[in-house]
Amino acid sequence: MSVLVYAEHDNAALNKVTLSVVAAAKEIGGDITVLVAGKGCGAVAEEAAKIDGVSKVLCADNDAYEHQLAENIGDLVAEVGADYSHILAAATTTGKNFAPRAAALLDVAQISEISDVVDSDTFKRPIYAGNAIATVKCGDAKKVITVRGTSFDGVAAEGGSASVESLDVVKDAGISSFVGEELAKSDRPELTSAEIVISGGRGMGNGENFEILYKLADKLGAGVGASRAAVDAGFVPNDMQVGQTGKIVAPNLYVAVGISGAIQHLAGMKDSKVIVAINKDEEAPIFQVADYGLVADLFDAVPELDGKL
Amino acid sequence: MKVLVPIKRVVDYNVKVRVKADNTGVDLANVKMAMNPFCEIAVEEAVRLKEKGVVTEIVAVSIGPKTAQEQLRTAMALGADRSILVETDEDVQPLGIAKALKAIVDEEKPELVILGKQAIDGDNNQTGQMLAALTGMPQGTFASEVDVADGKVKVTREIDGGLQTVELNLPAVVTTDLRLNEPRYASLPNIMKAKKKPLDTKTAADLGVDLTPRVTTVSVEAPAERQAGIIVGSVDELVEKLKNEAKVI
Ligand SMILES: Cc1cc2nc3c(=O)[nH]c(=O)nc-3n(C[C@H](O)[C@H](O)[C@H](O)COP(=O)(O)OP(=O)(O)OC[C@H]3O[C@@H](n4cnc5c(N)ncnc54)[C@H](O)[C@@H]3O)c2cc1C
Ligand SMILES: Nc1ncnc2c1ncn2[C@@H]1O[C@H](COP(=O)(O)O)[C@@H](O)[C@H]1O
Repeated sequence: MSVLVYAEHDNAALNKVTLSVVAAAKEIGGDITVLVAGKGCGAVAEEAAKIDGVSKVLCADNDAYEHQLAENIGDLVAEVGADYSHILAAATTTGKNFAPRAAALLDVAQISEISDVVDSDTFKRPIYAGNAIATVKCGDAKKVITVRGTSFDGVAAEGGSASVESLDVVKDAGISSFVGEELAKSDRPELTSAEIVISGGRGMGNGENFEILYKLADKLGAGVGASRAAVDAGFVPNDMQVGQTGKIVAPNLYVAVGISGAIQHLAGMKDSKVIVAINKDEEAPIFQVADYGLVADLFDAVPELDGKL
Repeated sequence: MKVLVPIKRVVDYNVKVRVKADNTGVDLANVKMAMNPFCEIAVEEAVRLKEKGVVTEIVAVSIGPKTAQEQLRTAMALGADRSILVETDEDVQPLGIAKALKAIVDEEKPELVILGKQAIDGDNNQTGQMLAALTGMPQGTFASEVDVADGKVKVTREIDGGLQTVELNLPAVVTTDLRLNEPRYASLPNIMKAKKKPLDTKTAADLGVDLTPRVTTVSVEAPAERQAGIIVGSVDELVEKLKNEAKVI
C-alpha cells in the first residue's frame, strides 16, 4: 500500500488539517507521500517534509496551481495518483472541489468525509446530516478519499525528515481562470481548529450585535461561528457557517447563542466535547444536545458571562 | 442556450431519519420525500437565467426510481420545459450518475449544467465535479453568484476562507450553494401546466452506462447519542460548572 496525501495550504504555510489527513493515512498503512501543488510553495514543501510519518514530498510549483483550480489540480492528482493505492485530501472546499474530479478521471469512486478507518478499503462516514454513520467498503483498485479533519487527531508537525522532490508535471487545462477572492480576515482562531467556538444564530438580531460574541470570544481565545439563518440574514459572512453544509467543528467547548438547534446545525457541532446553549426558549431543540443549558435572554446573559470570566 | 438541471429525489430535509434496527440502512418507509434542496436552488437559477433571456430551454433530469417523476413534475412546475427520467432501482452512486448524465449531455449538448452541491441523503458532494471531469468541462462549485456573459460564466464560490470568483469557458458545470437564490414556490396553475410538459423515460441500458455501485454499505449505525445535560439556573452556575466540572475554561 502507498498513500498520496494532498497538502492543504495557501502557498505560504501548511494548513493544520493536513496533519489530520496524514493521521488517517497512517491508519490505512503503507508509505506516505505528500503532494504540495501551488505557486512559490517551496516553504510549504519544506514544512511537509517535517511531518511525522511522511516519507516523501512531491512539490509541483507552477503558475497553473496557484489558485488550486480544480481543472488543473484534478488532472495533476489523477496523473500523480496513478502510482498510489490511496489518494487522500482534506474534506475542505479545496479537497471537495478536486477529489471527485480526480476520481472520475481515474474511473473510481470517491469516498467523502470519512470519520474513521476500519481497514484499507473500509471506512466510516456520516450520512443524512450525521443522523447515521455508514460503514462503507470500496471495491475499486484505487481509493480516493476526503477526510473529516475533526475526526482524526493530527500527527506531529515535526519529527519527520522526508526528501523533497520537485515535480515538473504541468497541467493547465486552460478552460478556467481565477478572477479574484475576498478572504475573511480575522485574528481569532480558525473555526475548525479552535479549542473554543462561540456561535450566534438568528436570535442575535443583527450583525452589530455579534460584537458581544466577539468580545467574549477574544477573552476566551475562541473562534466565532454562526448558524445558516444568521448568515442568510446577512449578519455575518458565509465562512462562519457551522453545519451539515458549512463547517464541521469539534472544539472542547461550543457555545450556541440564540440558535434553535436544527438538525443541519447540529450536524456541524454535535461532536464538540462540551456544549453550552443560551436560548430564551426552553423548548429549543439545542437543549437536547447541550451539556449546560441556560434559559435566558442572550442580551442579558452574554454580557453577564463576559463580566464574570 | 440550453441548461440541464439534474435533480435528486431525497428524504425531506425536515425529517430526522432513523437507522433501521437491523443496521442495513435508514428507514425510509412512509417518510416524506422531496426534491433535494440544493437541486431546487439549481432549478431556480436556471429559471432566473431564462427570465433574463440568457437561457432558452431548461431540461430537468433525474436518475432514480419511477417515483422521481414527482420531483421532475415539480421542476417543470417551477419552470423546467421538459424532463428526462433515467429509471433504475439501483442504489445509485455519484460516479454512475455522472456517467449517465454525461450520456445525456452528449445527446442534449447543453451549454450549462447546474447541479446541487450536495444531496442531503448521502452528503457526497461529488456528482457535479465528476460530470465535469467526464465531459472535460470546467466547474464552478458551491456557487453563490452566477453571471453568464460573452460565452463565459463567472462564478462566485463559497470557500472555507471566504469567497472566490472564477471564470469558466462554456459549456460548464455549476453546483449551487444555499445563498445562490431563494427558490420560489410552484403556483397551482403552473403545477397543472407541468402535468402536460414532456417527461421522457429511459434506462441505463438505453444510455449504455453501468450504474452498478462501486461502494457497498456494510452497515449503518445511529451516531453516539449525547448524554442529556442540565439546565443551569444562572450565569454564575454556568461559570462554576464550566470551570470546575467540565474544566473547559
Ligand atoms: C439543505 C439545507 C442545509 C442547511 N445547512 C445548514 C447548516 O449547515 N448550518 C445551519 O446552521 N443551518 C443549516 N440549515 C438551516 C437550518 O435548517 C435552520 O434553518 C437554521 O440552522 C436555523 O438557524 P437559527 O437556529 O439561528 O435560527 P432559528 O431557528 O430561527 O432560531 C433562533 C433561536 O434564537 C432564539 N432567540 C431569539 N432571540 C433570543 C434572545 N434575545 N435571547 C436568547 N435566545 C433568543 C430563539 O428562541 C430561537 O431558538 C440548512 C437548511 C437546509 C434546507
Ligand atoms: N440520482 C440523481 N439524479 C439526478 N441528479 C443527481 C442524482 N444524484 C445526485 N444528483 C445531482 O448531483 C448533486 C450532488 O449530489 P451528490 O454528489 O450525491 O451529493 C445533486 O444536488 C443533484 O443535482
